[in-house]
Amino acid sequence: MHIDEIKNGLVLDHIKAGKSMKIYNYLELDKLDCVVAIIKNVNSKKMGKKDIIKIDAEIEVDVDILGYIDPGITVDVIKDGKLVEKRHLELPEKVSNVIHCKNPRCITSTEQGLQQMFKLTDKANGIYRCIYCESKAKHGSLL
Amino acid sequence: MKNLISILDLSVEEIDELIATADDIIANPKKYSEKCHGQKMATLFFEPSTRTRLSFEAAMYELGGNVLGFSEANSSSASKGESVADTVKVVSYYADIITMRHPKEGAPLVASMNASVPIINAGDGGHNHPTQTLTDLLTIKREMGRFDNLTIGLCGDLKFGRTVHSLVQAMMRYNNVKFVMISPDELKIPEYLKQELIDAGVEFAETTDLEKAMPELDILYMTRVQRERFFNEADYIRLKDSYILTSEKLAAAKPDMRVLHPLPRVNEISLDVDDDIRAAYFRQACNGKFIRMALILKLLGVE
Ligand SMILES: [Zn+2]
Repeated sequence: MHIDEIKNGLVLDHIKAGKSMKIYNYLELDKLDCVVAIIKNVNSKKMGKKDIIKIDAEIEVDVDILGYIDPGITVDVIKDGKLVEKRHLELPEKVSNVIHCKNPRCITSTEQGLQQMFKLTDKANGIYRCIYCESKAKHGSLL
Repeated sequence: MKNLISILDLSVEEIDELIATADDIIANPKKYSEKCHGQKMATLFFEPSTRTRLSFEAAMYELGGNVLGFSEANSSSASKGESVADTVKVVSYYADIITMRHPKEGAPLVASMNASVPIINAGDGGHNHPTQTLTDLLTIKREMGRFDNLTIGLCGDLKFGRTVHSLVQAMMRYNNVKFVMISPDELKIPEYLKQELIDAGVEFAETTDLEKAMPELDILYMTRVQRERFFNEADYIRLKDSYILTSEKLAAAKPDMRVLHPLPRVNEISLDVDDDIRAAYFRQACNGKFIRMALILKLLGVE
């Protein structure tokens, strides 16, 4: 397989070295039936080493999840073998079912079928709070 | 406004409106006695709180409405494992407004996302209790005549006391309000709240000495210091008397100072304080019914 040759798809670039598998799992890329390449420990001027994920299909990835996990990641959109868009991520205002509330007194610990929902309450420090009990989580805690 | 989940759901203007309505109800109770005729309030108390429930039920009856509900989880569908979401979807068919108390934090928010009628949070674990804060605010307004230019002493358990946290957040929005936090070192106010005060430029002091703080206070908000909050019995016994209000300690207070307490009290205010005009806590409990009447009217959209 020639992993460089993506016709129509996405390249997730500037992933912190060693973190690509986690992102693969969070985005549930295992459920795709197209070619997905994980390239680890690529030399990078900016980062020393980085990981890259290439997806050979025009899919929508949840950029909110990606931005929450690591806003330093870039998403390159490839069409007909050419880079047509470079998306920079930012911390999303809300994330659902990414962070799980650890407060045992929170309603999410007992209510069935309830979405885990966190909202960004302090952008400067990347603090997210559970919308139900207001317990806090810091972004990047997933990595 | 459709629900009341947290005191911060209410703007300063909305609070003023509720207080104006409550004042009018107190002045002209007859005018309001049929306002909610034919309407029903469900009180869903997944944990018992007799005082709060009776206050809500009395409020609805005085508006001419009716009440149905349960007073503990044992007698409700929750004991059979029904979710909050399902419970309120069903109860929305039976009642025009729902008052909910629940041991889990955030349960009333979940209710508000699923009900088709207004939800009032009557306490969700150690998290929010907005109608207690409204009661405190109405009492401050009626006793002092103002919300600004006040020095408010908060005494006792400032670490776990949610009524204290909400009161600080509600009162810090007014001009020239200062706080004196009076507690043992083990029970100081949480860091996040201190940070909010610092960020907002609100003046506050922390002390362990109730008697020293007394002369400068316009309001003294007392809370219970619970035995189980201490690591050992010796600390509790050493400290508990320092945070008990007696008439001797009160002698040093301003003549127009007011003492508030969310009740029930155990021993943190001695009985001899009750006869002092400055003791406002029973009037405060009475205000709780009136502000709940105002809230019910507002949420039901009754003019
Ligand atoms: Zn939570």
